[in-house]
Amino acid sequence: MNASLSDIARFFASLSLVAIGGANATIPEMHRQIVNHLHWMDDRTFAGLIGVAQAAPGPNVIVVSIIGWHMAGAAGLAVATLAMLIPSVCLAFIMSRVVRRYADNDIWRLIRRVLAPIAFGLILASGAVMTRAADRSILTLAITLGMALLVLQTRVNPLFGIVAAAGAAVIAGRAGFAFF
Amino acid sequence: MKSLAVPSPDYKKSHSGLFLAFLKIGVCGSGGVASWAYRVIVEERAWLTEAEYAEMLGVASILPGANTVNIAVLLGDRYCGFLGSISALSGLLLMPIAILFAIASLYERFSFEADVKHAVAGAAAATAGLVIGTGLKMMRNLKPDLLALASGGAIFVTVGLLQTPMTSSLLIAAAATLVLRVALERRQ
Repeated sequence: MNASLSDIARFFASLSLVAIGGANATIPEMHRQIVNHLHWMDDRTFAGLIGVAQAAPGPNVIVVSIIGWHMAGAAGLAVATLAMLIPSVCLAFIMSRVVRRYADNDIWRLIRRVLAPIAFGLILASGAVMTRAADRSILTLAITLGMALLVLQTRVNPLFGIVAAAGAAVIAGRAGFAFF
Repeated sequence: MKSLAVPSPDYKKSHSGLFLAFLKIGVCGSGGVASWAYRVIVEERAWLTEAEYAEMLGVASILPGANTVNIAVLLGDRYCGFLGSISALSGLLLMPIAILFAIASLYERFSFEADVKHAVAGAAAATAGLVIGTGLKMMRNLKPDLLALASGGAIFVTVGLLQTPMTSSLLIAAAATLVLRVALERRQ
């Protein structure tokens, strides 16, 4: 786990422009590289950091911030966040200036029809990778399943689900439920 | 003559107005900022009509990066140019990053406690479920046809299950879907 700030910057900048649907869509790629190839952290740490970031308020780009923070403290947080933001923000700004005036509606519609299914495919892929990384026991799998149903079927704020799951896991741990 | 009216909050389309609007979106948006962006921009400040917001969201959603981040850039630029984008973005990210920093520091200090380990494991499992539920919801709202299902499914299997490199998988899937989609629309 020897990541210099320039490694961190290069890594997240390379993800910025493929984050179709936001930072959550890049979780499989982050996991593949950070955990499997570069060995910057293990599965449990990766899953834990993402869980902590999702419980905090704000746009999901802060998932990247917490990974940068874990690797190199406050400087890592700043570098990772900026590297993830700058390329896509520049693109959004160019779009705002150039394309808004000349946008051909049919082309917009076509691009959206192509990218929308890719976005949900990526999010589901993230879900699969996160489920595997967070999987400790039958209890964690049940939590994952229950939360997916809660989000799909109700309009409850997901934060309640996350807090309830954390509470349930603490109680299970205290009761001696084999977790790790 | 003195007015008794409470000074109206800063809803102006200025740098500070943008900053404050997105500050609120960032702080309130626990478990997803998207619905708060709509609430603040359309319902509360009436900066955009529902149709204008939908159009802007359409552009934001085909751009890479979080939708709300892109909306901050687009709306900031529309009202105050480049620096407006920066004002909106800083408002959006300031508090979430400060809160994250606090949570992360606490987590680091107490991460060896059994209770904390268990709580984080539970939260991580719930988060995985949150992401799966969100993906399924997106799929349901999209009402995908066969081609859309096939392209989303292919991405899910390759990137999610086989863990192939994301950039190349994405480019191949997008190119193939584009060609098939154009062919399909030509035939109709």
